[in-house]
Amino acid sequence: MEGQSVEELLAKAERDEAEKLQRITVHKELELEFDLGNLLASDRNPPTGLRHAGATQEAELRALARDNTQLLINQLWQLPTDRVEEALVARLPEPTTRLPREKPVPRPRPLTRWQQFARLKGIRPKKKTNLVWDEGSGQWRRRWGYQRARDDTKEWLIEVPGNAAPMEDQFAKRIQAKKERVAKNELNRLRNLARAHKMQLPSAAGMHPTGHQSKEELGRAVQVARVSTASVGRFQERLPKEKAPRGSGKKRKFQPLFGDFAAEKNRQLEMLRIMNSKKPQLDVTRATNKQMREEDQEEAAKRRKMSQKGKRKGGRQGPGGKRKGGPPSQGGKRKGGLGGKMKSGRPGLSGKRKGGQHQGGKRRK
Amino acid sequence: MDALDRVVKPKTKRAKRFLEKREPKLSENIKNAMLIKGGNASSTVTQVLRDVYALKKPYGVLYKKKNITRPFEDQTSLEFFSKKSDCSLFMFGSHNKKRPNNLVIGRMYDYHVLDMIEVGIEKFVSLKDIKNSKCPEGTKPMLIFAGDDFDVTEDYRRLKSLLIDFFRGPTVSNVRLAGLEYVLHFTALNGKIYFRSYKLLLKKSGCRTPRIELEEMGPSLDLVLRRTHLASDDLYKLSMKMPKALKKRSFDKG
Repeated sequence: MEGQSVEELLAKAERDEAEKLQRITVHKELELEFDLGNLLASDRNPPTGLRHAGATQEAELRALARDNTQLLINQLWQLPTDRVEEALVARLPEPTTRLPREKPVPRPRPLTRWQQFARLKGIRPKKKTNLVWDEGSGQWRRRWGYQRARDDTKEWLIEVPGNAAPMEDQFAKRIQAKKERVAKNELNRLRNLARAHKMQLPSAAGMHPTGHQSKEELGRAVQVARVSTASVGRFQERLPKEKAPRGSGKKRKFQPLFGDFAAEKNRQLEMLRIMNSKKPQLDVTRATNKQMREEDQEEAAKRRKMSQKGKRKGGRQGPGGKRKGGPPSQGGKRKGGLGGKMKSGRPGLSGKRKGGQHQGGKRRK
Repeated sequence: MDALDRVVKPKTKRAKRFLEKREPKLSENIKNAMLIKGGNASSTVTQVLRDVYALKKPYGVLYKKKNITRPFEDQTSLEFFSKKSDCSLFMFGSHNKKRPNNLVIGRMYDYHVLDMIEVGIEKFVSLKDIKNSKCPEGTKPMLIFAGDDFDVTEDYRRLKSLLIDFFRGPTVSNVRLAGLEYVLHFTALNGKIYFRSYKLLLKKSGCRTPRIELEEMGPSLDLVLRRTHLASDDLYKLSMKMPKALKKRSFDKG
């Protein structure tokens, strides 16, 4: 008896469930395609019921819409929900329909000259405080801008330095210096911009806009001007003390095809000897410079990684730069240490290297 | 940062913010739509534009004056408007004897016309003709496309993508279930497209998911496809290009 009633109860519960679900189920031949991120549903079933146009069309369209919306709502109600301030909120997935963008993808900008240098050396921007103590007014003032701490322009007295002419206007000099700094900054910014856009830098026939040019640059401008005649500089006379420019002429010299047979034979034999020898030929200076540059880059990369990790772990490791006794001290050591050693390496190549050279690739530290 | 990469840098913070809003970004802003009237615009077409503006507020701009242009012949003035108002979707309505009640729906890529589809309005019932309560502006609509036509021809496929782009609204990660208020239903049948908008009524059903009843609310249009100006395949592919940074997110989300 009880068993029967339990079965009856179960059957009744099932029927009830089916009835309830009937209210929200919709029968479709083809399943709809859903893109819940966009709240979108696509019904592929051909709408045969609407073929006959007329008064009933609106009602049929509405019925079709109701069915499709019911299916979409069923899907939406399956999503995981949160309770946010007494409202039931569903978490939508990412939209799957691919739609065209509005604007092109932003290109990565090339690094500026300073950024390249800082990356290589591992220089990181120092965090500065917002306010600076100003002695004159006895209060904390901002670092730059309106009512800044150390304001050069507000000084009413400038001492004439020992090596300047007594009648020179120091105030005007200061203003002029600031203008030149601003102009130089702007020029560098435009140069970086031009490099980023890969445009041609305006050469203006080799002349610098401010007029401050080095001797080499002027020499090069003169050379370019000389060659820019109709006869490509053949009939241009030189000034009495003007020297011929070095480095003009053919950039690569090739040996004549057949000339000195003995010399050619010697050259080929020498090449074969080098190729056969077991010991590799080593260009010491190039090797040491390459090594130093690689070490610089590795250290910079490591410092960057350590500081990134430090930031993520809550700065436990501290600033990366100070741990190993930093780059400035290394640079100083390098310069001081080589003062007495300048005659090392190949004498013919010593002039152009950046950090000097060591015998046989000895380590810097 | 494009604002700082110009030859003439912006002098105020407000100008800088303005430029930064308009520059190309990895994840883009919501597309704005501009609704323009042509030289001869009938009252139907004007009303259609006003209704679509009501649906698309606040991501739309309704131009009040008539602009005498022909989109299919000369796109420069549309591109100029798009650049000035930073809108990448547009709807241009006009009326003449050859093409009565004409509506050109289109989208832009990099301020140049990408796709344009011209439809004719055959029957139109406006928002104010249907007397019942409307939903608040700015709600995200649900979109339903019915009919196998939408996947058969390239024209219809682009039209579907264009309509999704147009009416989709902001991309959100969460949605309040009680706030799903209206649905736009597009049916493609016999060469015509029936656009209906309904307001959602959630009725009690036995279980958690409610039963839906619909009430006709908004503009209803019967459209017929006329001319199209679709982007070439490589331009379309270029516009669909996703930056790599966005592609990786699918791994994390799953």
